Amino acid sequence: MLALQILIDGFAISALYALGATGFTLIFGVSGVLNLSHGAIMVLAAVAAWAAASVLHLGSYSGALLGVAVAVVASFATYFAVVQPIQKSRRIATEEKEIFILTSTLLWGIMIQELIAYFFTNNAKTVLPIVEGVVNIFGERTTKNEIFTAVVCCVSIGLLWLLVNRTRTGKAVLAASMNPRGVTLLGLELGSIYLVVWGIYGILAGIAGVLLGMFLGVSSYSVGPLTASAFSIVVLGGLGSVSGSLIAAFVVGYLETITAYLISPAYRTIPALLLLVAVMYVRPQGLLGRR
Amino acid sequence: MTTTFRSLLGATALGLVLASSQALAADPIKIGVIAEAQAIAGASIPQAAQLAADEINAKGGVDGRKIEIITYDNHSSSADSVRAFQRAVNEDKVNIVIASYISEVVLALEPWAARLKTPFITPGAASNEISKAVHADYEKNKYTFHGYLTSAALAQSVCDAAKDLLVDQKHMKTAVIMSEDAAWTKPLDIGYEDCLPKIGLKVLDHIRFSPDTTDFTPIFNKIEGSKPDVIITGISHVGVQPTVQWKNQQVPIPMFGISSQATNSTFSKDTNDASEGVIYQGVSGTGVAVTPKSIPFTEAFKAKFGNFPSYCGYTAYDEVYYIADAVKRAGSTDADKLVAALEKTDWVGTIGRTQFYGKDDPFTHSIKYGKGLITGLMLQWQDSQQVAVWPSDVAKAKLKFPSFIKVTTN
Repeated sequence: MLALQILIDGFAISALYALGATGFTLIFGVSGVLNLSHGAIMVLAAVAAWAAASVLHLGSYSGALLGVAVAVVASFATYFAVVQPIQKSRRIATEEKEIFILTSTLLWGIMIQELIAYFFTNNAKTVLPIVEGVVNIFGERTTKNEIFTAVVCCVSIGLLWLLVNRTRTGKAVLAASMNPRGVTLLGLELGSIYLVVWGIYGILAGIAGVLLGMFLGVSSYSVGPLTASAFSIVVLGGLGSVSGSLIAAFVVGYLETITAYLISPAYRTIPALLLLVAVMYVRPQGLLGRR
Repeated sequence: MTTTFRSLLGATALGLVLASSQALAADPIKIGVIAEAQAIAGASIPQAAQLAADEINAKGGVDGRKIEIITYDNHSSSADSVRAFQRAVNEDKVNIVIASYISEVVLALEPWAARLKTPFITPGAASNEISKAVHADYEKNKYTFHGYLTSAALAQSVCDAAKDLLVDQKHMKTAVIMSEDAAWTKPLDIGYEDCLPKIGLKVLDHIRFSPDTTDFTPIFNKIEGSKPDVIITGISHVGVQPTVQWKNQQVPIPMFGISSQATNSTFSKDTNDASEGVIYQGVSGTGVAVTPKSIPFTEAFKAKFGNFPSYCGYTAYDEVYYIADAVKRAGSTDADKLVAALEKTDWVGTIGRTQFYGKDDPFTHSIKYGKGLITGLMLQWQDSQQVAVWPSDVAKAKLKFPSFIKVTTN
């Protein structure tokens, strides 16, 4: 019985982690950007979806859509206002650009976080769920919302896979992640590929944020932990490797759930962090990392 | 000529003396207010203090002296609070400080109140350690006052209410304690463990979790596994998330106890009405006439700020009033005289009658708990409203639960 509970709860949370981390790793794979405002964009999406229902009195579907739209806007804003100026700058040495982007996205994230806290307080908000109620799975009472979360995450990741592997645009994105210079030699504009990637990233982070808001709830305090969890999942899986991140998300999600059930909810995140340290010792490039 | 000159000189001198004494009298009483401006609970603290100051000033102040509120946002951080406290005392020359609803912050400020010899009152922190420290080293820590119930008193208040509402009315027999891991819940849990069995509720399990927990599914599943009649809560840093997940997962067990975020009037909105049926302890509540001052205060607060005050809004409002009263009785804002006057406080405010425990009591300078003083209330969210369900003299409604809750002995 306990095993089934762990299996179900672990799956939903892992799928959510996976969706959150996918966009994060995709951006790094294609453009080498570690976007530390990731958590802020997710929280922004969730808070926008909450505000749509509570302040603007929209329904749950429109609220969710608005949340995702806000995340896409925030994603492009991050790219145009923070990342691109540094990438294009001639005054910053090329080898220092990564650290500049790292710091500036972190600050950008803090700015978003403080704005959310200023306008909507730092108390937690929850997004109006699209599906409500519970179902029995082999005697385990499971919320429909949990199933919905898992399904949407899997479908989104599946669609991303199709996009990357089956469409021309997707293949260009994939090629850019492998060899950016090669892509430009083929006559593809790297700038437009970046735009596509930041667009996809915004959608993924938006969906993950809204689902998180429905499933668990978010507050401006969640910004740091969300970025940190995406970062550790991506590092565990291997920077830039989407499949590595997916595996790592499930490892972390299940490890946390098992700890919460079998040891204590107070120690939930500790084993996953220990695992991260251990993997860094044995395999610094992560589970499926290329470098 | 000489006489005229003399009388002129005399009149001028008299005028000068009068003018200077008037200037002295017009020196404002400065109250520093350090609070968590971004948290719903903390945001009410400076607002309520300002409201009280405005009311007192409109009636002429204290012996002609106006009350001036100087506010500092501490970003819920102890380090920021300590800096704000130092600035308030050293630069802004405040006479007394009202600060914070977070026990960790108040415990960080307590030694600074001692070092800077500045009276200091918290409107919302609960840890027993605050007043225990005053008892342990009175001469040093006498500047700190605990203007809210201690965790021990909160546990007692919850148990007193549980006896009437759960054991006597609903014939409940078992409970699981669910509390966040924080300074204020350590003594609260000890209080719960002690008083719940005494009123007839057997404690089946005790779950403490990290305040940054977001997924409560394993916690609720674990609680359900031990099949208690009620979940006794001790939560403040979390509130919205466990409540929403409790409703979404349709956990069939009522939640009863301390749930600070449930005291906020926006709680039903923040939880999309998952708050329905949550029973929580408060010292006051919207529309509950604990004293004749309670409702006029909430109405005035709403009119001025557009929302109802959080629990520490009530206490902060009362604190400004009894500080003004103490200054009047002491005839001075001298720190030691003010401390002595505050110790003799007997003030009927919005949450009841405030008096402080004395030097010989283990909870020195904490507000007294008990009938005729402050007992607290039990409130429940019903139809998006906060209604009082205990004690019977102020209760307007009976307990009512959403359909997923199974309370068999109705």
